[in-house]
Amino acid sequence: MNAVVALPSRNGGFEEGPEMSILSSAAAIADHALHKERPYWHPYAAGIGLGLVLLLAFVIVGRGLGASGAFSSLVATVVHAVAPAHAESNAFYGEYLGDGSKSPLLDWLVFEVMGVFAGGFLSGALAGRLRITVEKGPRISTPGRLMLAFLGGFIMGVGAKLARGCTSGQGLTGGALLSVGGWAFMLCVFAGAYATAYFVRRQWI
Amino acid sequence: MSAPFYKYGLFGDEISLVMAFLIGIGFGFFLERAGFGNARKLAAQFYLYDMTVFKVMFTAIVTAMIGLYYLSVLGFVDLSLVYLSPTFLLPQVIGGLILGVGFAVGGYCPGTSAVSAATGRLDGMVFLLGIVAGIFFFGEVFPAIESFYTTTPMGSVTLPQLFGVSYGLILFLVVLMALGGFLLASWAEKKFAHLRPE
Repeated sequence: MNAVVALPSRNGGFEEGPEMSILSSAAAIADHALHKERPYWHPYAAGIGLGLVLLLAFVIVGRGLGASGAFSSLVATVVHAVAPAHAESNAFYGEYLGDGSKSPLLDWLVFEVMGVFAGGFLSGALAGRLRITVEKGPRISTPGRLMLAFLGGFIMGVGAKLARGCTSGQGLTGGALLSVGGWAFMLCVFAGAYATAYFVRRQWI
Repeated sequence: MSAPFYKYGLFGDEISLVMAFLIGIGFGFFLERAGFGNARKLAAQFYLYDMTVFKVMFTAIVTAMIGLYYLSVLGFVDLSLVYLSPTFLLPQVIGGLILGVGFAVGGYCPGTSAVSAATGRLDGMVFLLGIVAGIFFFGEVFPAIESFYTTTPMGSVTLPQLFGVSYGLILFLVVLMALGGFLLASWAEKKFAHLRPE
């Protein structure tokens, strides 16, 4: 059965959306990949969608969304596989390794982030936005952009661990729960980013 | 009162992982729909000509915040069973500043880089490698910074508790702030439109 759903388009109107049934989604992906990229959703429509997903997480499992924690579980698992004694003597890795009764990868956030990959792929495919490319401004070379992407990721990994979470776990989730740390964190993220933007402007504008 | 379902034992650990995957799909889907798989769209936030990041983030916060509040007032959700990460003020302030620097330099945050990588962006994949390296670095230096990591503990505390006012008042102020922010953001987009590349 094909349920045709209406998706809000960028100009605020509605356009006929893709068939959402599982059976026809593969055909829809192939079909949409042939068409040109569709515009992103209006920010408020996408924001309400994200908010409802977050609300669902609160209601169903009693916790919010996250991202960086999944990568911490991955790092702890690899470090433990290579150097078990070293990992077990470290309180940071220990937090993710647990008591050793089960794999640290059998973790809520690890599965949630696998879903993020799948959901992002699905949305990109349905909108014709799957493309092997590098996102950058017009004034920077591709190797330069990739170097800054790695450096930015590295800095973010450190910051997210120090803050006990990233934009998802502390910003979005902590923000919606009115967490003191979440709000302090979020203001500081914007402060840090705006303070840095001038120095990396050649990468973006 | 019957929610959060997991905390009331409606399903066990294994089903919770299935739920995690499904909720993650929704999360990734809407991140991509917003344009957050694209570093140019995210970084535009910091040059003020496209404030989508702010608008999406605060719309999501307000939606979930109001929804959760009313579901708890109606007695459907026990708010005290929703996990609230404890506050460690100073490390979170410094961590936030560092993370903000990484955001402007790299163009993504962890969740958005996953979406970016999933839709074929090489810079998103490299950013993910950077995150993993950064977390490994943090793990290796952790014994040296552990005392700072646990400084200024405040427990699981909310803004209403900190200021000694009602939950509803803070909620109202956050909504007002968001609406004011949306107006300012749209104004900024016009004012700085000339910064858009191409």
